[in-house]
Amino acid sequence: MADIVLDKVSKRFPDGTTAVRDVDLEIADGEFVILVGPSGCGKSTTLNMIAGLEDISSGELRIAGERVNDKAPRDRDIAMVFQSYALYPNMTVRENMAFPLRLAKLDKETIHQKVEEAAKVLELTPLLDRKPANLSGGQRQRVAMGRAIVRQPKAFLMDEPLSNLDAKLRVQMRTVVSRLQKQLGTTTVYVTHDQTEAMTLGDRVVIMRGGAVQQVGPPQELYDHPRNLFVAGFIGSPSMNFLHAAVEDGHLRTALGDVPIGDRVRRQLDGADAPRELILGIRPEHFEDAALIDDETRRRGLEFDAPVDIVESMGSDKYVYFTVEGERASAAELEELAADAGAADFTGTGSSLVTRLSAESPVREGEPRRVWFNLEKIHLFDPSTGRNLTLHEGRASGALAD
Amino acid sequence: MSVNATPAGADVAADAERAAGRHAAVPAQRARRRSKAPLSENKRAERRLGWLLCAPAALVMVLVTAYPILYSVWLSLQRFDLRFPDQREFVGLENYATVLTNQFWWTAFGVTALITVVTVVIELVLGMGLALIMHRTLVGRGIVRTAALIPYGIVTVVAAFSWRYAWTPGTGYLANLFDGSAPLTERASSLAIIMLAEIWKTTPFMALLLMAGLALVPEDLLKAASTDGATAWQRFTKVMLPVMKPAILVALLFRTLDAFRVFDNIFVLTAGGNETSSVSMLAYNNLIRGLNLGIGSTMSVLIFLTVAIIAFVFVKLFGTAAPGSDDGERR
Repeated sequence: MADIVLDKVSKRFPDGTTAVRDVDLEIADGEFVILVGPSGCGKSTTLNMIAGLEDISSGELRIAGERVNDKAPRDRDIAMVFQSYALYPNMTVRENMAFPLRLAKLDKETIHQKVEEAAKVLELTPLLDRKPANLSGGQRQRVAMGRAIVRQPKAFLMDEPLSNLDAKLRVQMRTVVSRLQKQLGTTTVYVTHDQTEAMTLGDRVVIMRGGAVQQVGPPQELYDHPRNLFVAGFIGSPSMNFLHAAVEDGHLRTALGDVPIGDRVRRQLDGADAPRELILGIRPEHFEDAALIDDETRRRGLEFDAPVDIVESMGSDKYVYFTVEGERASAAELEELAADAGAADFTGTGSSLVTRLSAESPVREGEPRRVWFNLEKIHLFDPSTGRNLTLHEGRASGALAD
Repeated sequence: MSVNATPAGADVAADAERAAGRHAAVPAQRARRRSKAPLSENKRAERRLGWLLCAPAALVMVLVTAYPILYSVWLSLQRFDLRFPDQREFVGLENYATVLTNQFWWTAFGVTALITVVTVVIELVLGMGLALIMHRTLVGRGIVRTAALIPYGIVTVVAAFSWRYAWTPGTGYLANLFDGSAPLTERASSLAIIMLAEIWKTTPFMALLLMAGLALVPEDLLKAASTDGATAWQRFTKVMLPVMKPAILVALLFRTLDAFRVFDNIFVLTAGGNETSSVSMLAYNNLIRGLNLGIGSTMSVLIFLTVAIIAFVFVKLFGTAAPGSDDGERR
């Protein structure tokens, strides 16, 4: 077990592209860290550099305090789990799991014992003499995990290990991975493109975009206090709503009406080079059916009327989609996020607002509805830099803060 | 494509069926099908299309392989020497007895076996190296591959002549390196040169087949092996070779069958002198030069049988278990 430190680590490929740029990251002993981002953001490259499968162009990588830049993967004492599972097809489950131990030249008795132990933990005992070809996806995934845990390495590196499983099994395996990591207390770096996985699994989440780290922090912190537009849009499902907001004499003119702003935001907008246009971000759960709000809460927010487009009843609450007029928010980050979600060429008509309302709300499709939203939970972003203007000392404070 | 719309194809199929001697079986089958009706119209059409599609190939195979093979078997059972055509007569297996008790045959057989084993083993090792180089090269991949494949692109006889001239005392550059000795006049050195020419010529072919096998090894598997603690050599022997096994076996099979029929290099380099004849050379000498169709055909049939046995052994011994299966024991 060990800590892993990335000190200004970069990766440049011979063709001149920079896959990873100056990544600084300290992963504590026993910590579960998730690298997350859209495809091509450099998360897998970073993981491969930690594993030693890719050379580090510049910067330093330390595992347990020791510089390992030039060490071969086999000398780093780390175990890796791959998306494709990478099981040796010619070996049985038992041989697959024993493979790293045999290479480490352990004696037969110890190997047998360790494999049996790991198999018991992952409930693989009845499958030990099968070949990988005769296992289901979930079973293969468990064998891959077993091969990693069997030799008690300094760290686990996991490259989208659950991505090839079907949705239900993925949720199930998520808890298996989580429990296993807690049980073993081994430092783990986990790469995924799925923000739900990132939110649910990790102690800390590292969000990457274009080879650079955007924000590092516990999942809740990233969710509540996104540092920029990209983080805000990437984390959360359904994702944050973004609306165009024009700054006009102390107000923000938006499709939801005029939003008042507090002194803190105003001061930032006073500068000569301050943006005249902003992007307003608000999460679906910060809306509520105006009929269901008490007066105390009502004062902290604003209300607007809009026609209901679609209602998705989740049982516990309702996702209600409204059509709102007005300009669409546009920024490079938002386009990138849309492209990653595969929706770059699908915009629908008008801008659509996703809200999460109480299940008691009697909304009906096609009818207009009065909706309240919480001004304290609003984020304002500078469209040119993506910076969150409502963030103060790392905490988001809403539009009204003084 | 509708089957009924291709009367020409149907004729071909009918021909093929007739030629394959199944004209009796087919109506019987049809009758059975009609009485039980186990196949839907769709299935039947599909099956008919299947037959139609393989018919042309099957027909060609029958014409160009089955007939010559059967004819040479027929010839091998006769005393048939074109110099004495009057003495043609059916003699059963007498020719086989003659050939199999003949020391020239066994010498040639030994030479052929030696050439086969030595060349295939060396080609496998070199070809694997070459395949790895071609697979791994990042810079100038095209040039490396083209350069490696040049020997295979040269006509064997032409290449053989260039080897012969190179080893000719006085004028050959290779012979001059060895003080103008005449290696093609001695048995051991002649065999060595024949094998050298064979290896030089066909290693690229081996490399090409093995490279296809290398492409079958997933990159993740090698990455997994290196994080599991395998050295480069262990990755090669414990991960790559087992995964590539089917491709290696195909390459070995092809090359073994080819090598056993070695002819052109020997024909040009030594013409079989100093007991360097292969079985193919011997068969050629008897058939074409000696005009002894009976004995020559016997040898051809024996070569055919040897090759068939080699193929059978390869397929039986190694071919059944592709990596990853539980050898037939399914879940």
